[in-house]
Amino acid sequence: MKIRAQIGMVLNLDKCIGCHTCSVTCKNVWTSREGTEYAWFNNVETKPGIGFPKEWENQDKWNGGWQRKSGGKIQPKQGGRWRILSKIFGNPDMPEIDDYYEPFTFDYDHLQNANEAKAQPTARPRSLITGKRMEKINWGPNWEEILGTEFEHRRKDYNFRDMEEEMYGEFENTFMLYLPRLCEHCLNPTCVASCPSGSIYKREEDGVVLVDQDKCRGWRMCISGCPYKKIYYNWKSGKAEKCTLCYPRLESGEPTVCSETCVGRIRYLGVMLYDADQIEAAASIPNEEDLYQAQCDIFLDPHDSEVIAQARRDGIPENWIEGAQNSPVYKMAMDWKVALPLHPEYRTLPMVWYVPPLSPIQNAVESGKLQTNDIMPDIDSLRIPVKYLANLLTAGKEEPVVLALKRMIAMRHFMRGELIEGSSDLAVLEEVGLTEELVKDMYKIMALANYEDRYVIPTGHREETLDAYGESGSCGFSFGNGCSTHSNSELDLFENPKSWRGRCGSGKDNRVNTLFTQGETSLSVGRRTGKSK
Amino acid sequence: MNFFLFQIFPYIAIAVLLLGSLLRFDRDPYSWRSKSSQLLRRKQLIVGSVLFHLGIITILFGHIVGLLTPIAIFDALGITHSAKQILAIAAGGIAGVFCFIGIIMLLHRRLFDPRIRATSSFADIAVLVLLLAQLSLGMYSIVISLQHLDGYEMVKFMNWAQHIATFRSGAHEFLADVDIVFKLHIALGLFIMFIWPFTRLVHVFSAPVGFVFRPYQIVRKRET
Repeated sequence: MKIRAQIGMVLNLDKCIGCHTCSVTCKNVWTSREGTEYAWFNNVETKPGIGFPKEWENQDKWNGGWQRKSGGKIQPKQGGRWRILSKIFGNPDMPEIDDYYEPFTFDYDHLQNANEAKAQPTARPRSLITGKRMEKINWGPNWEEILGTEFEHRRKDYNFRDMEEEMYGEFENTFMLYLPRLCEHCLNPTCVASCPSGSIYKREEDGVVLVDQDKCRGWRMCISGCPYKKIYYNWKSGKAEKCTLCYPRLESGEPTVCSETCVGRIRYLGVMLYDADQIEAAASIPNEEDLYQAQCDIFLDPHDSEVIAQARRDGIPENWIEGAQNSPVYKMAMDWKVALPLHPEYRTLPMVWYVPPLSPIQNAVESGKLQTNDIMPDIDSLRIPVKYLANLLTAGKEEPVVLALKRMIAMRHFMRGELIEGSSDLAVLEEVGLTEELVKDMYKIMALANYEDRYVIPTGHREETLDAYGESGSCGFSFGNGCSTHSNSELDLFENPKSWRGRCGSGKDNRVNTLFTQGETSLSVGRRTGKSK
Repeated sequence: MNFFLFQIFPYIAIAVLLLGSLLRFDRDPYSWRSKSSQLLRRKQLIVGSVLFHLGIITILFGHIVGLLTPIAIFDALGITHSAKQILAIAAGGIAGVFCFIGIIMLLHRRLFDPRIRATSSFADIAVLVLLLAQLSLGMYSIVISLQHLDGYEMVKFMNWAQHIATFRSGAHEFLADVDIVFKLHIALGLFIMFIWPFTRLVHVFSAPVGFVFRPYQIVRKRET
């Protein structure tokens, strides 16, 4: 047994209101640079829908994730090592930017500078790649917001498999849910496995998956390897970039930006201990429906004295063991079984888990439209089909989804009795295998969701590895060598990309997104104005 | 001129190639990349790039083996100069056609696709144009070689390359009376080496052969 610790995340879809605050704050921090305008390390999709990029879940189309060979071994679905190398000159499984969307801005300054005219001036779109006019925008981030496309389009949603999706195109049967997505920081990541230069790695101490920007050569096999399409190619720098789980924040005990800014308080961060020796076996389980259970089985009980002893031997710090014992992620995934992984059938052992959404059931029951079986609504009359959620979260196996939903209903029923009706219905808890103590903890963490209960993040131990004094004043993502964005000479000998946009205070208006000035058709602003200060 | 181009310049070009690449790799690793533009436009990239790369890799290895293998080895193996030249013309010619079709597709895409053009640097276009010119010279030299299939001319180039590689003087004299096409081809080849470290060509040195030997998963311990 080799115990490793991992920071996991749980998102409570029951509370997500689809406000996109997580996406916007993440973008402002990480991907507001040239080359990554189209990249959303975090995005929120409305389901059912084909998602971002188009049909990302359909691995018959994109060949992401792993496949189990007849011999029982797993290999990336896009091929083994030789096969991947054979695709290096042209990767047939990689999406084109139009599968995400062509990034654009608007001619905002035209609103201020237009000559007097009869008609109101408009800000027309302009491509952020070519700088040219875009007459019509055909796709964008979040194009399917709140079922914003025709059902004919949405029905291609992979989660409709083995379902009669036709009926959900009818108005009366329509349903939707929000799905915020980010890198899963998998235990068995296919991006790492697919990288020809070996630049992507998992951090031993917290499980964060990162791209070594200096080692990445832009072979782009990770883009097709990741089944969640959460690793992006920066077309400006020629490097892969991905969600960092805001590791600089985690190291100092702070939650990720997406979590910190979540107004619905749906996100949870906590430590999971797992047996690293079991990863390959768990990911190679023959039956896809068993993958959820197989992943649960490699998580270790942080209260078990043997686990604690082994964790200490494997060098896990004391505060991380304590963090694992108080981890909301462990409670939701393992103790209460209300959180489930996203598409375990990709065999990546993802570490961002989801509580299935409940509200549409209760609302329908309360309005008297649905059949009820005492407190529990009849499973067949749920507005969001259980099968759909199971296809999303448990590789099609319905029992774990049903149990999670029932436990949440039981919690609501019990707490309503306690707090409003003054009666404690213990029978309903028994029916779903909960105790009063457990359900009160559930209520505290899932319903009240105080900051300190949502984020139990032990600080990293950088002090053991480097002299932090040397780190002060260092910089984050930048084009170029260390803190400098490019070389001192006007002609950069080693082709470091020069930034064209965001040159604040260079005599142009200082909004990052609007530096295509009136009348200019090519990206010549930066070249003419020279270097910023 | 002959002395400079074929006795002095080779050393300058190779020194710049090696030292420049080393410095770039060491001092500016972030800039070391293949600069793939597949994300922005898939059309013409996959077929063009595969043809181009397969062709040029064959040609590159052909040149290295053909020029630098000591003549004594061919003699020992009983391969006549004539047979070797015919082999080189056949293999190089086929690979050259592949490479030519590929590079035309890539250059067309780079110049006329608005997305690729807008995101291309001067060096990106220049490298393609230079390689196309070099390939064209190389292909044209086949026409000249076909006029003397005895391999005698080829031995001159082998002698030249091996004299350069072993730091011997008088290398340039082997090329004194060869056809101008060969001279241009060699000079341009050296020039490409000269600019190599300052272009995307550096990604050639990163050919990820180690990938096939490593385990799938990589876990990094904290730096100590």
